[in-house]
Amino acid sequence: MSASGESGEARVTATEVDGGLDVALAGSWQITAARPAWTALVAGRKPALIRLRMEAVGKWDTSLVLFLYEAQTWMQAAHVTCDATALPPKVRTLLQQLAATREASVPHDRSESFLAGVGNATLDTLARARTASAFLGESVLGFGHLVRHPLKFRWRDCLEEMQHCGAMALPIVSLISFLVGLIMAYQAAVQLRQFGADIYVADLVGLSVVREMGPMMAAIIIAGRTGAAFAATLANMKANEEVDALETLGISPVEFLVLPRLLALAVMMPLLALYANGLGILGGMAVAAGVLEIPPAAYWIETQSIIDLSDVSTGLIKALAFGVLIGLAGCWRGMQAERSAAGVGRAATSAVVTAVLLIIVGDSIFAVIFNYLGW
Amino acid sequence: MSEPQAPHDRAEVPAIAVEHLQGGYEGKIVLENVSFSVRTGEIFFIIGGSGCGKSTLIRHLVGLSHPTAGTVKFFGTPFSNADLAGRRARLKSFGMLFQGGALWSSLTLRQNVALPLEEHTPLSRREIDEIATLKLAQVGLSGFEDYFPAEISGGMKKRAGLARALALDPKIVFFDEPSAGLDPVTSRKLDELVLQVRDLFGTTIVVVSHELASIFGIADRVIMLDRTEKGIIAEGRPRDLAERSADPRVTEFLRRGQGP
Repeated sequence: MSASGESGEARVTATEVDGGLDVALAGSWQITAARPAWTALVAGRKPALIRLRMEAVGKWDTSLVLFLYEAQTWMQAAHVTCDATALPPKVRTLLQQLAATREASVPHDRSESFLAGVGNATLDTLARARTASAFLGESVLGFGHLVRHPLKFRWRDCLEEMQHCGAMALPIVSLISFLVGLIMAYQAAVQLRQFGADIYVADLVGLSVVREMGPMMAAIIIAGRTGAAFAATLANMKANEEVDALETLGISPVEFLVLPRLLALAVMMPLLALYANGLGILGGMAVAAGVLEIPPAAYWIETQSIIDLSDVSTGLIKALAFGVLIGLAGCWRGMQAERSAAGVGRAATSAVVTAVLLIIVGDSIFAVIFNYLGW
Repeated sequence: MSEPQAPHDRAEVPAIAVEHLQGGYEGKIVLENVSFSVRTGEIFFIIGGSGCGKSTLIRHLVGLSHPTAGTVKFFGTPFSNADLAGRRARLKSFGMLFQGGALWSSLTLRQNVALPLEEHTPLSRREIDEIATLKLAQVGLSGFEDYFPAEISGGMKKRAGLARALALDPKIVFFDEPSAGLDPVTSRKLDELVLQVRDLFGTTIVVVSHELASIFGIADRVIMLDRTEKGIIAEGRPRDLAERSADPRVTEFLRRGQGP
């Protein structure tokens, strides 16, 4: 073979020799370049024997092995005898390795019967419910321990968390609550003006902010801000074996990591809700003064006349419950996270989703209870 | 011959007794019928190739995972079957050094060492700080007391982790792959530290490792786990195993480290 046969693109020629087919590969076979197709080469032919040769091949890599493997599988399917003795031993070894991995990687049949699927899903849900209730139970026990031994509690961590989830959330809570009050006042103004009942904007905004929107908006902001942070922090600690380190030192991770966070949120959420109420009413007042030309003093007197203590207290009770729910969702998702970087991200996401879901469901339950109690 | 010698074992009761332990993680069984015991003051290595269940075994020993069958006893008292409060009380007498140190990232090194003391001792703030400083000095970290874990190197994290593990003067210290990710010199120093701890306090030491230099350097006795057997395939002194074991898996593993 001439030296020029060893360079150039990958080629393959087939010559018929007394009933068999002599397949000669030539050129440079690189995985990054195109390679000839085996099926095109043997299209319409049905020899009894195929001899493979590659004396004229220059550089070669996996590309050549793939081609030969394609050839071999075709020959097996077509019951053609393969004579690979002319191939260098290195190539034959690679071919065997490729054949072995192909056999081993037969896709596992994951399909299962409908009943098995339902059964597995049920078991999965039950297992998750069990871990969730175990977590809840441990939190309650931990709280009991805190009440009995308040001096053992990590108050410093708790105060730090309060600062993070309370004071540092003030700007965003201010902005959102003010704007929500403002939006509601606009909506109300358009309708009430038709009846000349402009002043009742104060009633509508005041009541809905204090009873519903204040606690709810504050809770949703905190779910996204603090719930996600709790989950990410705990998941990261879990990935770094920091949670295991607590366990092996006989320190309960729930008491050490979860309780300070839960308590911080339970204290700060009602305060944030109260603050959100004020800002929401201020938003309504701004619209009333700017658009409806109602003096702020009149707006304030009307607001005071409609809101009583039960309205404020129902809102604050809800805020307290939301705070506990956000804390539980965030910490639980964090403690349940997989030990990996991706697990941290997933924990944060699912903490927010779980918290928002719990807030809305909790709010509906409170609506029914308060209606029943006539509050 | 500079082979380390285990101190004479006077106590009848072994420090750790594992009986017919079966365990794994996420529903997979990786250990079947594992039984062994560790004498007080012994440096005991759990060795074996990757994925053979070394780390799983140590997690079962310290109660981070629960065995599906069998028992773990410490100084004759059952541990794995005890209730949570009983286990937590027991855990005060252990220390564990995790692979990455597992220092609490929001606390300084001094606070990391001080935390177990705050939780489990009636000592005053000043005494706790003094002990923490002393423990850090023992592992060669004087002057780094107020650093956060993120500000120090991997080897220093492990040493700080060891200082924390030693904070309560434990009777047993567990090491999960102490030399993983360390250069040979640092890893040798950590081995010396392990020896020093055993010699000073008579601490029982259990190490999970596949670092041959450490195995031949400081181990009194080893057990070797195997993935396909799901259990122990060899038990004894490392040099004896390397020279006399009839099992080719054992000799192949151990002789690689002895050089030509």
